[in-house]
Amino acid sequence: MEALLHQLSAGIVNGSIYASVGLALVMIDMATHHINFAQGEMATFSTFCAWKLLVMGVPYWTTFLVVVVLSFVAGVAIQRLVLRRFEKAPVLNNVVVFVGLLVIFNATGGLFFGHELKQFPSPFEPITWLSTRFLTAHGSGSILVMLGMLALVFSFFKFSRVGLAMRASAYNPDSAALVGIKVSWMLALGWGLAAAVGAVAGLMIAPVVFLDAGMMGGVLLYGFAAALLGGLHNPWGAVVGGFIVGIVENLLGAYVTGTDLKLTVALILIVLTLTLMPQGLFGKTIAKRV
Amino acid sequence: MNFLKHHPFAVAAAACALLLASSWLMKDYFIFEMQMVLVLAIAILGLNLLTGLSGQVSLGHGAFFAVGAYAYAILTEVVRLHYAAAIPAAGLACFVFGILVGFPALRLDGHRLALATFALALAIPQLLRHKSISEWTGGVQGLVVSKPPAPASLESLGLSPERWLFAISIAVALAMFLIAYNLSRGAVGRVLVAIRDQPIAAGAMGINLAHYKTMIFGVSAAYTGIAGALGALAVGFVAPDSFPAFLSVTLLVGVVIGGLGSVGAAIAGALFVQFVPEIATRLSQSAPWAIYGACLIAFMYFLPHGLAGIVRKK
Repeated sequence: MEALLHQLSAGIVNGSIYASVGLALVMIDMATHHINFAQGEMATFSTFCAWKLLVMGVPYWTTFLVVVVLSFVAGVAIQRLVLRRFEKAPVLNNVVVFVGLLVIFNATGGLFFGHELKQFPSPFEPITWLSTRFLTAHGSGSILVMLGMLALVFSFFKFSRVGLAMRASAYNPDSAALVGIKVSWMLALGWGLAAAVGAVAGLMIAPVVFLDAGMMGGVLLYGFAAALLGGLHNPWGAVVGGFIVGIVENLLGAYVTGTDLKLTVALILIVLTLTLMPQGLFGKTIAKRV
Repeated sequence: MNFLKHHPFAVAAAACALLLASSWLMKDYFIFEMQMVLVLAIAILGLNLLTGLSGQVSLGHGAFFAVGAYAYAILTEVVRLHYAAAIPAAGLACFVFGILVGFPALRLDGHRLALATFALALAIPQLLRHKSISEWTGGVQGLVVSKPPAPASLESLGLSPERWLFAISIAVALAMFLIAYNLSRGAVGRVLVAIRDQPIAAGAMGINLAHYKTMIFGVSAAYTGIAGALGALAVGFVAPDSFPAFLSVTLLVGVVIGGLGSVGAAIAGALFVQFVPEIATRLSQSAPWAIYGACLIAFMYFLPHGLAGIVRKK
């Protein structure tokens, strides 16, 4: 029983990270109808920058803030400079551009910061009251940070004018443009937010799995499984999906398949969701008049 | 130019004969590189049939490449089948695997299919490494694949095992391109283009979408599987780490750079994919892939229809 609770808690910790990545994927998908393959690598690059700042002696929470803001700006810049020209291009061309971005981030990460595995410090380890029977201090801190960030994003979308404008641009870009919303800038904003969310996820996962260029590859896949499970058009479904994926991954890894088949578990989860429940747990089945 | 348009296969056959003859002048390493270009061209052609012709994006063809390579290795080394039978058998195994993958793929389109197939590409190296099947697959070390020697009568002409393999690859490539060319120009090709461009109208006209979409997945997988088998022969071994997720990405890049839907463009795509990373390495020791990525984005910006687009505009 105790072992089961341990696995469940580990699942919730991982799940909070998959939930954030899934949320980032769904946000970009809803706004631009493209899935950002480079999400993982962008998050890894942000984490590398954070590592460099920490090594230079900048205190942790300052680094956190600086990296999140820089990632936001970089996300906006990438959309404005690179992706805007491909908005109307066919799907495949966009996929190749995302692949190009993925490769560039992966390579420049290794170039600027070296290829060895790096240890990444956790800000929560010294705070001993965070550590409970089933969660390490970093685990509890990680969940708190993730929930806080998700709450911030939720209130931004629900209560602020800019959030409303973004939702309008995603839902009906033509009407939004007619009302005076600069739809293209809303897309850039969406990218910036997704980059920032990804950076936070990277910062939270780096202390657990050591920091190197391939850190987020598997996480991206789990994020996608989470987004699919929740229904690709429902951001909060992605969050719930993330926690489910995290728990299932840990339970299956501990009791059924062993740790070396984790990616296969993600694959099977994706295939099962697609064949049995294509609209996800919370999505609506949309019937279109033809 | 007209001769090329009206008799494409005469020209292709002549080009192949010339290529084979010139191999006597090539160093062994260059023969290996050209061999890999042919292997990649067949694989890219397979992916082009799926993605360019029928519109289903796949970022997972590395999985079929790996399955073809491993099937060939297991059939020749463990089951001791003759290599001439093992290559088509590997293709058949991949055909079945492709159809199995095609079924859940029916529910997806565009980016979502790309990401789902990417999951396949990421999972395959893990699966191949697993202990439960390692007595067949050789586990982490993989299996060694030996090159078959040429038949004794031809060996005296100077056909080393490398050149014999090169000759086989050229013949297989020619056959596969012929089949793909006829497929894309015939009734099946038109059905697939209809499914790609107007699936609802195609369904309304009575085309069985599920049947054709899964079939082309199988055919595409078979092409890539045969390419994998030839690749295994060229490299000399198969190991789980030879088929990273990046291989699938490379194949898709080859398709888009060469040009979607164009059979001949597969060769251009294969040449790009084989030689541009080497050129990038020569330009920048430390971050060749950054240059490769920049190249991809530049190509999409300047040549959105790929290299075949240059030819078509004329």
